[in-house]
Amino acid sequence: MQLIKIRLWTSVCLSAAAICVLIAGCKRTAPQENGGAEHPKKIVIQNIGSDTMVNLAQAWAESYAKTEPMVSVEVSGGGSGVGVAALINGTAEIANCSRKLEPEEVAKAKTKGRDPKEFLVGFDGLAVYVHKDNPLSQISLEELAEIYREGGKINKWSEVGVSAIPGSKSNDIIRVSRQNNSGTYQYFRETVVGKKADFKQGSLDMNGSKDVVELVSKTPGAIGYSGLGYATAAVKILKISAKKGEGGVQPSIASVHDKTYPLSRPLFMYTPGEPSAQVKHYIDWIVSDTGQKIVEQTGYVPLPKN
Amino acid sequence: MEQEVLDLPEGAVPGPIKAPGAKPMMHGRKRPVWEIGFEVGLEWLIRLCGISAILFVFGIFAFVFREGAGFLFSGRFSLPKFLFTTEWYPTSMSNIRYGVLALIVGTGSVTILAMAIAVPFGLGAAIFISEFCTGRIKEILKIIIELLAAIPSVVWGFIGISIMNPLIQTVFSVPVGLNVFNGATLLALMSVPIMVSIGEDSLKAVPDSFREAALAMGATRWQTIVRVLLPAAKNGLLAAVLLGIGRAVGETMAVLMATGHAVKIPHSIFDPVRTLTATIAAELGEASVGSDHYQVLFIVGILLFTITFVVNLSADLIVRGVRKG
Repeated sequence: MQLIKIRLWTSVCLSAAAICVLIAGCKRTAPQENGGAEHPKKIVIQNIGSDTMVNLAQAWAESYAKTEPMVSVEVSGGGSGVGVAALINGTAEIANCSRKLEPEEVAKAKTKGRDPKEFLVGFDGLAVYVHKDNPLSQISLEELAEIYREGGKINKWSEVGVSAIPGSKSNDIIRVSRQNNSGTYQYFRETVVGKKADFKQGSLDMNGSKDVVELVSKTPGAIGYSGLGYATAAVKILKISAKKGEGGVQPSIASVHDKTYPLSRPLFMYTPGEPSAQVKHYIDWIVSDTGQKIVEQTGYVPLPKN
Repeated sequence: MEQEVLDLPEGAVPGPIKAPGAKPMMHGRKRPVWEIGFEVGLEWLIRLCGISAILFVFGIFAFVFREGAGFLFSGRFSLPKFLFTTEWYPTSMSNIRYGVLALIVGTGSVTILAMAIAVPFGLGAAIFISEFCTGRIKEILKIIIELLAAIPSVVWGFIGISIMNPLIQTVFSVPVGLNVFNGATLLALMSVPIMVSIGEDSLKAVPDSFREAALAMGATRWQTIVRVLLPAAKNGLLAAVLLGIGRAVGETMAVLMATGHAVKIPHSIFDPVRTLTATIAAELGEASVGSDHYQVLFIVGILLFTITFVVNLSADLIVRGVRKG
């Protein structure tokens, strides 16, 4: 009997503790949310798509909520493919896409009566990351292709001129990649690995842009690709050159705009058909100076000023 | 499983329960209609609960099979290629290949290593708690081990990435910390609580007369455990181990995060791998519904179903065989 009592008490205490923590957590966030929720007719815009853009879209949504408290933009990621699927199925007002829509996707949307409208909202430089202790500072697209392509010849750091990486005893290049249906994966395959080629097997396929940088920062022998906006102090961004021996280009706003940096891509928002007034107003705000300033602050590349 | 663990002695079929001092109902008054109706209704409800498990299992299997069947029986799908090649390129632009051998080996290697770690620890802990501990310590240990079972698998995965990863890198000086060993350690920790609680139950179910007889024969504690208790409780202990295996094969989130998610056949326990479950979890979300890729992922689901079914069935057969022998 006494033993049962002890167990009962322990569980009661634990649940009580958990509830206290939860309540304490709620209290802190509650007032902020109430600020906007008092208006009964709040307009909600569903914004789904690209993982590359999710940080940016979140920053836009938060900032927009301050200027337009009546409109709430709900952002979720999952990948460009998820955004496109939501666009076709009509569950998103705006789909974020880090690539252009494929013709089949447009056709599929049209059969459902939705003619996707495209808006260019910014640029992303895809950066190639290595560990901060890696002495390498630049790499060519050819070398990257040999590292990542199926049948590619480069497997060791010594083959790109790195004799030793502090903190790593192994000479093997540890390739970090993305899951095979992410927009970033497809973009990297198209521009680096080769349109008709495939990735070399055995790469560590991460499920998010941030995970790639995280893993590279903890693995001295690793190389990985991810959005420029995800850079941290624990990783190094490599300069990229088209051919071996040429001077590498550091990804930057200028080098993305004048297209000298080879791994940059446009970021799009798609709406199913003509956007409603509210959605149009939001997208106009995004391409305005205020919205583009946020692009720069979150580490992406804003549209060129004209 | 419960029944096998708590083996009732022959003839101890629970009969009508009579509370001491309760008056026999039939004599005193007639039972009102609503009471009889309520009882009949309750009986049916319970019956439905029992059947529902069967319905759900078959329903789920039918659903998974239906989603994958279209591609499974189309001319484009080759089962030997699916099972015996390692190339997994479901979204290739030029040459789509669906080979899951590396994924099967991934699941297998993580599970086997996890069991190699978990079985000695789990059964050892069960024996310790059941035979060596008493009173308060026993209860505290049980509570803490049960708490271990309450940790969500995402949290385990997080531990794998943020704590185990650098730890494995420095301790074993290997290039990647996300590997078979990392995933297997997490899985072992996750399946130990199940093994301990079921193993402890089955040891508790061994009648005390066995222990007394062993003691009377002059057996040491060790001899009692190895020669008397373990053979007597082997059904339950086997069930405990197999449930642990089931947990390890089916676990998704922790292995998705901790094994490195690399399609390749591992050459050592410090190589990254990818499991069947992790592949489904990572790719199903973005595969468009009805596409070949989507259907192949469901075929992987059928494969997983088959593996767990075979494990469970062989467990059942082994337990039966053990009981007869």
